[in-house]
Amino acid sequence: MSVKKSKEMQLSDIVFNDYPDAGGHFAEFGGMYMAETLMDPVLELKEAYYKYMKDPEFIKEMDRDLAYYVGRPSPLYFAERWTQELGGAKIFLKREDLNHTGAHKVNNTIGQALLAKYMGKKRVIAETGAGQHGVATATVAARFGMKCVVYMGEEDIRRQAINVYRMKLLGAKVVSVTSGSRTLKDACNEAIRDWITNVDDTFYIFGTASGPHPYPAMVRDFQAIIGREAREQMLDQEGALPDAIVACVGGGSNAIGLFHPFLEDREVKIYGVEAAGHGIETDEHAAPLTAEDTKTGVLHGTKTYVMSDDNGQITETHSISAGLDYPGVGPEHSWLKDTGRAEYVAATDIEALEGFHDLTRYEGIMPALESSHAIAYVKKLAPTMSKDQSIVVCLSGRGDKDIHTVAAWEGIEL
Amino acid sequence: MSTIADSRIKGCFEKLRQQGKKALISYITAGDPTPEITVEALHELVAGGVDVLEIGVPFSDPVADGEVIQRACERALEHNVSLSDVLEMVKQFRSKDDITPIVLMGYLNPIEVIGYQDFAKLAKAAGVDGVISVDMTPEESEEYNAALATNKLDPIYLITPTSSKQRVEWIASMASGFIYYVSVKGVTGSSKLDVKQVSEKLDIIREITDLPIGVGFGIKDAESAAMIASVADAAIVGSALVKIHAQNVDDPAQIPGKLKDLVLGMRTAIDS
Repeated sequence: MSVKKSKEMQLSDIVFNDYPDAGGHFAEFGGMYMAETLMDPVLELKEAYYKYMKDPEFIKEMDRDLAYYVGRPSPLYFAERWTQELGGAKIFLKREDLNHTGAHKVNNTIGQALLAKYMGKKRVIAETGAGQHGVATATVAARFGMKCVVYMGEEDIRRQAINVYRMKLLGAKVVSVTSGSRTLKDACNEAIRDWITNVDDTFYIFGTASGPHPYPAMVRDFQAIIGREAREQMLDQEGALPDAIVACVGGGSNAIGLFHPFLEDREVKIYGVEAAGHGIETDEHAAPLTAEDTKTGVLHGTKTYVMSDDNGQITETHSISAGLDYPGVGPEHSWLKDTGRAEYVAATDIEALEGFHDLTRYEGIMPALESSHAIAYVKKLAPTMSKDQSIVVCLSGRGDKDIHTVAAWEGIEL
Repeated sequence: MSTIADSRIKGCFEKLRQQGKKALISYITAGDPTPEITVEALHELVAGGVDVLEIGVPFSDPVADGEVIQRACERALEHNVSLSDVLEMVKQFRSKDDITPIVLMGYLNPIEVIGYQDFAKLAKAAGVDGVISVDMTPEESEEYNAALATNKLDPIYLITPTSSKQRVEWIASMASGFIYYVSVKGVTGSSKLDVKQVSEKLDIIREITDLPIGVGFGIKDAESAAMIASVADAAIVGSALVKIHAQNVDDPAQIPGKLKDLVLGMRTAIDS
């Protein structure tokens, strides 16, 4: 089989909307790499997804929930003071932090929970890092009256106590995962094991645009409302498309949601910002797309860039933000990187904290530490652009959940 | 297609069939709890009556495995046991035993970093006969199967209670050596084995393929091994053996002998 590799393709020849192919491939990335027990439910999901996305009833129900339950459309806000401070391009914030539950995650969980409902599944499971996806899943499970189990690494439970309690209040069972690095990837492993064991009645609400096909395409499509709205809002408010768009990338669901509707607007520059942790040159980061020694691998059902050692063992990651602390990345990002359509950069813990403070002080908006990585890159990018240019940055979540982490970093006891 | 001369696995199953016997297949994770005992453990398993050896390649994220084998991977990875180390162990084993078939069982990522062709060449040279990659699906297998075929390695695939008839046909069409039937919906080490259900599914699979069928997941003692062997061509035992490793981490030298004792009991039960 001779799949043409992404790096060998001519960017101008690619029609981005043609991807993935029927098997979920973005050239050599993506696909379905799963234990056989899960192939039947994954194929069932694929069929249901493509069926219901064409079903007017399903779409109507989803749109209604997105409008009246989530609170969409989310505003596109011109950050005037921060723009003046940086002295370059005009900066617009796509306010996903204003969604119900405080992050973009709910766009996807509403879609997947509705699918679960249409497929007759009564039990949903999820993995979570920062807790945002867990909260968004527990929320919609309460909304639809479904049983909900959330897997969360022991280390993340410690970092995100408030979100753990929120999930419990919403009626979810939170299972502490003590294997491996006790963070997001291990929570994914445990959720997959649950799914293998309870395959008949369980729907796995996966939180990011990764996993086996159809998850990367499905999560992207549910999150693409971010980019569709932002594109329309820019045309309304500014009469032009932005010159650049920026989002943070862990698994990469808010980023692909913002990016995808702009992929064919070739003049719009696209930047994904990974977590450089203690520095991209150290071993302590979570930046599989940006790191020099990165490799293509297979993790959690998909082929993509993965942080692993020379023996193919997945390596432990570090980021101040639990939501970016993941060694893999959605396969479409690997493809956008290798085709050259998007550029991936990284911001350190310290740069993200600076971004957190800047936005809080200049705009009175406290970003999640995940989103603060995107903010940190905008701080570098905007001054290099002219005042008649513009940047849209995805403010993927709000920072209340991170106050303890920020305080602890600064040696303050609350 | 492989012949007896170039497939130890096929030869092994044909010989057993002629003798009217069923196969016993063992699984242990290489390097658990320490790399020094693995080769000796393999020899002792054969001495205890094992026909085919499955050797687990440790992986950091074994999503289809239950806690017993997860911990085994973690113990092996504390010694940084790599796929190359495992192949080295196979070479050492082969210096004393050139007959017993060896199957590597693990996950794709350690193979991905080497590349399918290079991996297959190295594995064949070391004396490996078949490969099970738990997260390799028929959907993605073209290049992988080709690499194994070029090097005369048997691609062994899992069939599960959730596999549709259509998938069983597809999987059987690309498998060789034997078919691995997973007895339960669950991860390794599950304990809800239902022999009647297994038997019914095996009947369906047998209508589709003549390949021998091994059944694993949930075989924990001589009794369950014998029950499975009465309906399948092979009983595959894993977590029950790996538990012996876990119980003897402080004195690993005890492990090979204890493994032999356990499989001896299973062998006797299967043959009687």
